Amino acid sequence: MTDLGPLVPRQRDMHPVPYDPDYKTSVPRSPKWPLLSMESTPSEETGPRFGHSMLGPLDNNLILNFSGDPGKPAVGERILMHGRVMDEYGRPVPNTLIEIWQANAGGRYRHIKDTYFAPLDPNFGGCGRTITDDQGRYQFLTIRPGAYPWPNRANDWRPMHIHISVFGHSFGQRLITQMYFEGDPLIDRCPIAATIKKRSQLDRLVAPLDMTMARPLDFLAYKFDIVLRGRRQTMFENKLEGM
Amino acid sequence: MTQPLDTLIETPSQTGGPYVHIGCIPTFAGIDGVYPEDLGFSPIEDGAKGEIVTITGQVIDGTGWALRDALLESWQADAAGKYPGQDGADPKVGGFCRFAADKDSGEFTLRTVKPGPTPTRGGAAQAPHISVWIAARGINIGLHTRIYFEDEDNENDPLLSRIEQRNRVPTLIAKKTGPGAYRFDIRLQGEGETVFLDI
Repeated sequence: MTDLGPLVPRQRDMHPVPYDPDYKTSVPRSPKWPLLSMESTPSEETGPRFGHSMLGPLDNNLILNFSGDPGKPAVGERILMHGRVMDEYGRPVPNTLIEIWQANAGGRYRHIKDTYFAPLDPNFGGCGRTITDDQGRYQFLTIRPGAYPWPNRANDWRPMHIHISVFGHSFGQRLITQMYFEGDPLIDRCPIAATIKKRSQLDRLVAPLDMTMARPLDFLAYKFDIVLRGRRQTMFENKLEGM
Repeated sequence: MTQPLDTLIETPSQTGGPYVHIGCIPTFAGIDGVYPEDLGFSPIEDGAKGEIVTITGQVIDGTGWALRDALLESWQADAAGKYPGQDGADPKVGGFCRFAADKDSGEFTLRTVKPGPTPTRGGAAQAPHISVWIAARGINIGLHTRIYFEDEDNENDPLLSRIEQRNRVPTLIAKKTGPGAYRFDIRLQGEGETVFLDI
């Protein structure tokens, strides 16, 4: 296999802080001691690959993939969520698995532990997955999730959001994040969003409305690009011919 | 004026939240039928070469309480130290597994093949280990760690050797509890805190 070089180290100050008293669950769940830093090894530079053949035809269509029946679509605001996965050098990340999960239009999750009294939608499961194409592009058809209350401070509500899990091509690129929606006033009040201390970094999780991809009389669209860690080519060290 | 740097910055992480299972292990959340089976159900198929081992443990928070909502992923080489996709790798070893802490007991189990030693970039031998990544509510950026085995030679492993406080090394080493059985508890914070990696 070609040596693509070690992973670019994470810029930890561009990520959320692990310990944030306003997000109460982080208090007992954040390591106290520093992380052990070292250059990546094949253990982090390799990772699982998933083929397009594993996907079912409705896997990226959350409006239909739970009922499986075009006559029984999920209730809510129909949206296309789309974007590109790139690395830090702007190169596309093709053939990588993206999984998403979310609440329904009323803010209720289909999970045994969610007891919020907003009702379940009998035609909405809330999970989807897809694999990026050769340009790193992906898309999901879904409904816009509702905001929901959660037991943190006395009156905390999560903004509308979709959870996203991306694999990349190596285990060290593994990333879970959340997409927020342009214009949602709850973003500025959310202690989870506020674990990201650089405002410009939080803004990157807020998907803009994208009318170019909205389909008239059918759905609106939001664009969400994802950047994963890159691989640093090692000059002169083991490739005398250069890059 | 300096030139602008045109490299991008990695997308910031956010917690997987309490319902991470919906997206990653839907059957755990009570969602059947969307996918034929959960992704990463097992890291091996029948016929994988090597010793089959079972690793059991808990993810424990700073108060001593075992998480009931943790999602774990593991990635490893085969018994000969080849990662899936590398030349000569065992086709029965997928290498990737996803598993959850039990919602009542907080206990997780990983059944897999014990990996062989793998080389670093510089050619040094790494002792057999399984890479682990943990996502859960309250964890804002996924935590990487490794499982080593107490009945292997861990003496010259490059990563373990970098741990300055030698009393922390055992936090990465699974204890043998019986034939092919190991215990590996992950302590997120406090006494006996597991070494987590920035790698």
